[in-house]
Amino acid sequence: MPAMTQLDLIRNFSIVAHIDHGKSTLADRLIQLTGTVAARDMKAQLLDSMDIERERGITIKANTVRIEYPARDGKTYILNLIDTPGHVDFAYEVSRSMRAVEGSLLVVDASQGVEAQTLANVYQAIDAGHEIVPVLNKIDLPAAEPDRVKEQIEDVIGIDASQAIPISAKSGLGIPDVLEAIVTRLPAPTGTRDAPLKAMLVDSWYDSYLGVVVMIRVMDGVIRKGDRIKMMQTGAVYGIDKLAVLKPQMVDIPELGPGEIGVFTASIKQVRDTRVGDTITHEKKGCAEALPGFKPAQPVVFCGLFPVDANDFENLRDAIEKLALNDASFSSEMETSAALGFGFRCGFLGLLHLEVIRDRLEREYDLDLITTAPSVVFKLHMRDGEVRDLHNPADMPDLTYVDHIEEPRIKATIMVPDEYLGDVLKLCQDRRGIQMDLTYAGSRAMVVYDLPLAEVVFDFYDRLKSVTKGYASFDYQMMGYREDFLVKMSILVNDEPVDALSTMVHRDRAEARGRAMVEKLKELIPRHMFKIPIQAAIGARVIARETLSAMRKDVTAKCYGGDVTRKKKLLEKQKAGKKKMRQFGKVEIPQQAFISALKMDE
Amino acid sequence: MDDWRNGGFGLYLHWPFCASKCPYCDFNSHVAASIDQRRWQAAYLAEIARVGALTKGRVLSTVFFGGGTPSLMEPDLVAAILDAVRRTWRIANDLEVTLEANPGSVEAGRFRGYAEAGVNRLSMGVQALNDADLARLGRRHTAAEARAAFDIARAQFDRVSFDLIYARQDQTPAAWAAELRAALAMTVDHFSLYQLTVEDGTAFAARAAAGGLRGLPEDDTAADMYLMTQDICGEAGLPAYEVSNHARPGAESRHNLIYWRYGDYAGIGPGAHGRLTLPEGRFAIETPKAPGDWLTRVEGEGTGESARAALTCADQAAEYLMMGLRLAEGIDTARHEALAGRALPRQAVQQLQDLGMIEAKADRLHATSAGRAVLNAVIRELLP
Repeated sequence: MPAMTQLDLIRNFSIVAHIDHGKSTLADRLIQLTGTVAARDMKAQLLDSMDIERERGITIKANTVRIEYPARDGKTYILNLIDTPGHVDFAYEVSRSMRAVEGSLLVVDASQGVEAQTLANVYQAIDAGHEIVPVLNKIDLPAAEPDRVKEQIEDVIGIDASQAIPISAKSGLGIPDVLEAIVTRLPAPTGTRDAPLKAMLVDSWYDSYLGVVVMIRVMDGVIRKGDRIKMMQTGAVYGIDKLAVLKPQMVDIPELGPGEIGVFTASIKQVRDTRVGDTITHEKKGCAEALPGFKPAQPVVFCGLFPVDANDFENLRDAIEKLALNDASFSSEMETSAALGFGFRCGFLGLLHLEVIRDRLEREYDLDLITTAPSVVFKLHMRDGEVRDLHNPADMPDLTYVDHIEEPRIKATIMVPDEYLGDVLKLCQDRRGIQMDLTYAGSRAMVVYDLPLAEVVFDFYDRLKSVTKGYASFDYQMMGYREDFLVKMSILVNDEPVDALSTMVHRDRAEARGRAMVEKLKELIPRHMFKIPIQAAIGARVIARETLSAMRKDVTAKCYGGDVTRKKKLLEKQKAGKKKMRQFGKVEIPQQAFISALKMDE
Repeated sequence: MDDWRNGGFGLYLHWPFCASKCPYCDFNSHVAASIDQRRWQAAYLAEIARVGALTKGRVLSTVFFGGGTPSLMEPDLVAAILDAVRRTWRIANDLEVTLEANPGSVEAGRFRGYAEAGVNRLSMGVQALNDADLARLGRRHTAAEARAAFDIARAQFDRVSFDLIYARQDQTPAAWAAELRAALAMTVDHFSLYQLTVEDGTAFAARAAAGGLRGLPEDDTAADMYLMTQDICGEAGLPAYEVSNHARPGAESRHNLIYWRYGDYAGIGPGAHGRLTLPEGRFAIETPKAPGDWLTRVEGEGTGESARAALTCADQAAEYLMMGLRLAEGIDTARHEALAGRALPRQAVQQLQDLGMIEAKADRLHATSAGRAVLNAVIRELLP
């Protein structure tokens, strides 16, 4: 392998697509056709390495693969594909990945057309100054309408689609044309080999054998094994132990020059010590200015995680510490709940991030967890002038000390086919949204809303997806804090407050939310041998009430000598299930109730 | 080691064949074209000899022929089995020998033969007292046939019990009350009254899954019907002595009491379960469920046992609790504590008492009528 690569023989690109439009299949084909991975090592969706990614069809961590492609001009090119996370929770990570490459393939299903998330990501690509090559996938399906879809790409996204490449990633049709287009239509990277080292930290992860692995894109200069490098944000200095490219497995390389993408290890202990978007340079003779656009990770959604079995607390602590090593954007601190015992208050980039972390804790560390209501950070302006952050509604102080409460607002951009516009407007209105803009592009509407983040963290995505049958795209940015009439709503089960179900709500919406919550809990709590009042209250005032009637009949009619063994097993299984529930006074609440109660069906 | 003596010792014999399978039944029953009763006799006798050797010197209090439909057995076969039983164990003076019978006219013709063989208690599967419901339950007899068979049985046996199924499709509480009163008017001293439950693997379960089997009462209605049944039978002098069993005092099924008082019982026949205290400890014993498997096992290997699992003290405590609380008399708390190695959880006992689900008196603890209706929940609270 040559030690250096000429800039004009490099192409760096990403693939932008809606879920199910064939992004991963196309990536697999590109890898396969160039012989990067031997046929026997191929497994579907090579780049999505976490189980959760494969199952959900989403990408959480950025991944990369270096492909060597002998082009029709007789030269062999290095193609670096960065597979980016596609979810708004990871918008910042996406923006950094986009800055690391010069072009994008826009994959659109030739029968479905432009959809949902495609837009948010394609605008990120346009923002990053990418050249974009449209690719029409699933062209061999009878329902394919390439001309209509090309027109749509031009109308909605506003890029030229006349040269769109028709392919079928599934059958392999058109893949050579895609490879050729990457070489001929995407620009080569630029950079100066003799300049001081300037590289962007694109992503990092923890590998149990290698420690922290850092993915970089070199902008200027050259990085070599053994170099002393400096992270410009943290000021930390490290020595490069290993330098490699991903094919997608690691292959050592002596140096990486301008335009190249690769990974290194440097005895970094925690992923926390690496910041996505940071600039890496040499310790000595470093570059003068860092790359623009760095932002520290800022958790915006908080919730409590508690072990179902109190004896698992130490295991949960270990698991959270290990996971935190690999995820710098997730924060945690110990919390005690009267109802749930010891646990952690954790901060996340968004709801998907929350679910992913919870899933990983449960699966990879075999823990059963109770998740409390997701909440945002409210700002409490106290009468004495102090401003406090409220991460947990349970910590809400007495209102006599509070002058007013502010909540975070977001600017939400939603693109939706006009037949669903009415439903989207209603949803945003129901969530206390203020309309800021409404425009049309073709048959698609773009609405911009000012929304309270607290209203979005509940189940806004789920609702949006369901009212638009998945045809809406959603993106948001934080807009700062604003005062509103917010109150803490408590839930009482059998007259005992359940602190884990406390939420901050707008006063005008408290009755509706309280009623929905108690109705839902009535469904979720199993009948007991006594009747159970379920109430929602603001302070001492009950605003909604339901009564769960007593269980009247639960007995095995026939039980003789032959039934003892089976019956005992059954009761013991039920007993084990009972132990997984949480005891509030005399009432047992299944953990699923905590999660389900907070997802409102309207 | 001798805990079983608190419950006694009985023998259960399983006859696995039926003329037809009822759609609600999840018992181990099979329909066979022809049955070689001599071959079955040899197998039963071999098993009696084998189990007799394991339990040498014990006094046997009860024998129970269950099924299947034991009233399909030839009276000679029943006689041969009971002769062998008498030769094998010391027999209690008041040995109770129960046989389950279908109340059809063909079966009734064999009742005298059973009585002569030594059967002294008949348990009849009447199930309903109207023809439409009998047909829906898949029963082959009519209500009139059942009443006639009952009269013949009364003449032949000291004790006759019958089963009824209630909370049937489209059955109102008032209709059930009337039917129950009609049944009580027949001179009967023991009833098993079962609420219809749809058991997995039955034809009813398949029908229910396919959206059929409509008109079953809601849970609250079923609970009302249960409590009403307790009241009506209690007023008539047949209080519930177990969740689903009612008797005039003294007419209880002594064999079934062995199960609920957690005594020892040997099980012979396909799918028969046993609980036996042997020198090495107490065991749960099983036999193969399929009739052919059991038969070839007995003939080929000289034993019908397919599994013998040791019961720990905790297992025994749980089984005693679960079975004993089915009885109106409840459990002996000292006996339970001796098995469990600890007392019942005090807080749970107190809560259940406050709720009126159980009562503790002197050294016994029992579920109330309301508590027996939700007995599974009561037991879940009390299990460790």
